[in-house]
Amino acid sequence: MAQQRVIVVGGGLAGLAATMRLAELGRHVDLISMVPVKRSHSVCAQGGINAVNSLTRLQGDSEWKHFDDSVYGGDFLQNQPPVKEMCEWGPRIVDMMDRLGVMFNRTPEGKRDQRRFGGTLYKRTAFAGATTGQQLLYALDEQVRRWEVEGKVKKYEFWEFLGPIVDGKGICRGAVAQDMFSMEIRAFPGDAVVLATGGCGMIFGKSTMSMICTGGAAARAFKAGVKYANGEFIQVHPTAIPGSDKHRLMSESARGEGGRVWVPRRKGDDRDPRQIPMEERWYFLEERYPKYGNLVPRDIATREIFNVCVNEGLSVDPNEYCVYLDVTELPSTTQHKLEGILEIYEKFRGLDPRVMPMKIFPAVHYSMGGLWCDFEKDPHTGGLVLDSPRNQMTNIPGLYVIGEADYQYHGANRLGANSLLSCIFAGLIVGPAIDSWLNALPAGSAAAQPSSLFEGEAARHKEQYEQLINSKGDQNPYLLHRELGQTMTKNVTVVRYNQGIEETLAKIDELAERYKRVAIADTSNWTNQNLSFTRALGDMLIMARVIARGALLRNECRGAHYKPDYAIPAPKGGDPETVRTEAVRWVQAFRKQTQEWLKTTIAEYTPDGPKISYEQVDTSLIPPRPRTYGLVGAEIIEQVWRDTQSADEKAAQQAQPAGA
Amino acid sequence: MAHERTVKLRVKRQDTPGSPSYWQEFEVPYEPQMNITTCLQLIAAHGRTAQGQQAAPVAYDANCLEEVCGSCTMLINGRVRQACSALVDDLLSTPDDVITLEPMTKFPVVRDLFVDRSRMFEHLKRVRAWVPVDNSVDDTPPPLMSQKVQEQGYPLQRCMTCGCCVEACPQVNEHNAFIGPAAIGQAMLYQKHGIGQNLAEERLEALRDTGGVAGCGNAQNCVKVCPKGVPLTDAIARANRQLTIYSLRRWFDR
Ligand SMILES: Cc1cc2nc3c(=O)[nH]c(=O)nc-3n(C[C@H](O)[C@H](O)[C@H](O)COP(=O)(O)OP(=O)(O)OC[C@H]3O[C@@H](n4cnc5c(N)ncnc54)[C@H](O)[C@@H]3O)c2cc1C
Ligand code: FES
Repeated sequence: MAQQRVIVVGGGLAGLAATMRLAELGRHVDLISMVPVKRSHSVCAQGGINAVNSLTRLQGDSEWKHFDDSVYGGDFLQNQPPVKEMCEWGPRIVDMMDRLGVMFNRTPEGKRDQRRFGGTLYKRTAFAGATTGQQLLYALDEQVRRWEVEGKVKKYEFWEFLGPIVDGKGICRGAVAQDMFSMEIRAFPGDAVVLATGGCGMIFGKSTMSMICTGGAAARAFKAGVKYANGEFIQVHPTAIPGSDKHRLMSESARGEGGRVWVPRRKGDDRDPRQIPMEERWYFLEERYPKYGNLVPRDIATREIFNVCVNEGLSVDPNEYCVYLDVTELPSTTQHKLEGILEIYEKFRGLDPRVMPMKIFPAVHYSMGGLWCDFEKDPHTGGLVLDSPRNQMTNIPGLYVIGEADYQYHGANRLGANSLLSCIFAGLIVGPAIDSWLNALPAGSAAAQPSSLFEGEAARHKEQYEQLINSKGDQNPYLLHRELGQTMTKNVTVVRYNQGIEETLAKIDELAERYKRVAIADTSNWTNQNLSFTRALGDMLIMARVIARGALLRNECRGAHYKPDYAIPAPKGGDPETVRTEAVRWVQAFRKQTQEWLKTTIAEYTPDGPKISYEQVDTSLIPPRPRTYGLVGAEIIEQVWRDTQSADEKAAQQAQPAGA
Repeated sequence: MAHERTVKLRVKRQDTPGSPSYWQEFEVPYEPQMNITTCLQLIAAHGRTAQGQQAAPVAYDANCLEEVCGSCTMLINGRVRQACSALVDDLLSTPDDVITLEPMTKFPVVRDLFVDRSRMFEHLKRVRAWVPVDNSVDDTPPPLMSQKVQEQGYPLQRCMTCGCCVEACPQVNEHNAFIGPAAIGQAMLYQKHGIGQNLAEERLEALRDTGGVAGCGNAQNCVKVCPKGVPLTDAIARANRQLTIYSLRRWFDR
């Protein structure tokens, strides 16, 4: 029998974890990546990785609480079994990374130090300085290098994935990729293919993401028939530094270590921030959310910043929505733990954040949505059946997706430091899933398929390549990209209005029309980056439609998706009686919204734009509840909610026949 | 329009690995706080030289744009560094200065500013800079690590294989097989790690071989150009000490 092979596309944390796990299980892997895997976008992650630990346990923390924080943070849009399983694996995963040599910060005893991150009250985040992603990635990179030396892994770096190969029965049999130097296009037979190709921030022009985060690979799978889920859920991070080529992140760890967000209380106060006395500063997050303070989840922090800048007019920069992030009062040992990010601010802004409060603003950061994938729930534990071939499998059998490219773990809003966890977790569980798939491979191995299948697919992609490289229009791809980014950022980020989204959809149509006349300035058949970018631009236009269309149709507020026209109005002040009546109305509206909108958006490709449908969410373990984070003034909602819950329970008990 | 400030750049170009190189000049609109990767993006978007001739976008390697992935190393005004963290304002003493961009010289050119650094990754294979666990997913608790060991290891683990040290090292040249400072730094990373130390001797063997530590001429250029302040000369000194002890022990154990 021909040797079975697995193709892993992408070598960020998710792809490397999967490759390592598959190699350990004795499988042969071809690892395809656009950049040397050590340079994947995961290196950018700064703050850390979440898991319950001995310290937080003493304070009453548990895997269940991590799970609860994650689904509450995600506004209940996740299927709960995979999230529960992930949180249970947290401690094991961080221990594993520790064994694999990550230089996590230490306590005097030699245990891992921990910091607090957004959306939780526990210090649950392990970290290596402020460059945790880099350290995690390098440790996994070395493990994969070890398997490369052992002959289990073959790397194809500087190769770009162009599409999956799907046979007549709809089963994935490999992938087509292009050598980014020689431009050779080749079909790789594979008995399972894993996409670990990361996020799609480039659709918004500038984001905190790396240059290759175009979502191109996901779009190519989408075009081949893979469903795309929850595309409209895009995380805008509250604290970044604006830049001319990209926005650079100031990690949540700055706040986790005690950094504070503020603006001057007086409009137009342009004094040097160091001269503004304490009582003239407005620490708006601390004031409005005393329980979570500066560490409310990102969607909330971002909206609050937007609010103080736009509605209160208190921005500290006339051209951007800027507020101060202040670490000047932290002790130098604490500042030392943040060195990696403070260096970034210093290098790119030319100011020392140790003495001068940083000016920061919200920027597109992460995509909660992604390619759809399946899971198999264990009815006894509520978690997953760990060796089920269904875990992480897309709707094309044999084609898997993991990491930021999938949609499974973060619902409507991701908690900080949960992504590194979800990437590694999905990478680890896809190993046994694929092992099971390969053990019962339908209709023989990929190598046994007719060669015409592979030749045909390679030829089709070659033809598309030829067509693109010879296109001689009048449209500059870089300028089209800029226009796409501008319209997406303007209308499909923090605050969304249907009229604006419709404008953006019309703009995308116009750009897609102009894209047909795109000019390729470089006609060389050697290392043609111009071509690769232009091809990805075509893909970005497809995904932009998925994002905008999903956003248009979802008439509610959930996590990162916020439409003021559909927000449930908060109870206004007044006498207790009125407030209570309003809160009751609020809770009724909330229940109605849950019934109507707590569902996954599913997009399917058609040449005329995405077809949208919806799918039930598995909330069997933790029922949805209002997400207030202890907002001052929202106590009454919590109260009414509790009252209705217990009334419901009583009614349910009474409805049960005696003795049942 | 006529008075709009611009940035002038001279770029050393080369179409394919074997072909001769040539220079082209470009002019791009100035933006405050812009860096060299922005200039290269603007060159691509404009598609013309300063003289108005059509020009293919300049090929260069880049990804993170925040000096953490190590991709975009090149010679900027003759100095090896990352293009994404090279701010135009810091490179100009007068607005009329011309910034020169060249590919690194110690690696084969792929195209324009894009070089092939695969050799550096091959060297990492040789020094076995990994932790030899039996199995990744395993419920064994990790070994404790003192703050001191962490503080020694963390700076080494920030090495992004960018190639600056290799470019600056006089000992890396065609007459010499020296693997360069970066790989030695990584070889030292896990020598004291609870599990990583199990490969300590194998790593020292690799560093004893041709091209190993003995190749270092102590010019100390590496630490001067390292963008991440990786303590490379310390690592080389440590490697030397460990090798001496190791060789002696081997001699006694004969
Ligand atoms: C600045 C920043 C800081 C962050 N900090 C944190 C943090 O502290 N904690 C946390 O939990 N999360 C953090 N995140 C999020 C987290 O870093 C990412 O979600 C995560 O690293 C994604 O990993 P991945 O493995 O899915 O993909 P990536 O690391 O993006 O890797 C994608 C891989 O796919 C390859 N690829 C892509 N397209 C193709 C193609 N067409 N063909 C071939 N290969 C392809 C690439 O070469 C690459 O190897 C941060 C994100 C950013 C932007
Ligand atoms: S692009 Fe990553 S270091 Fe410059």
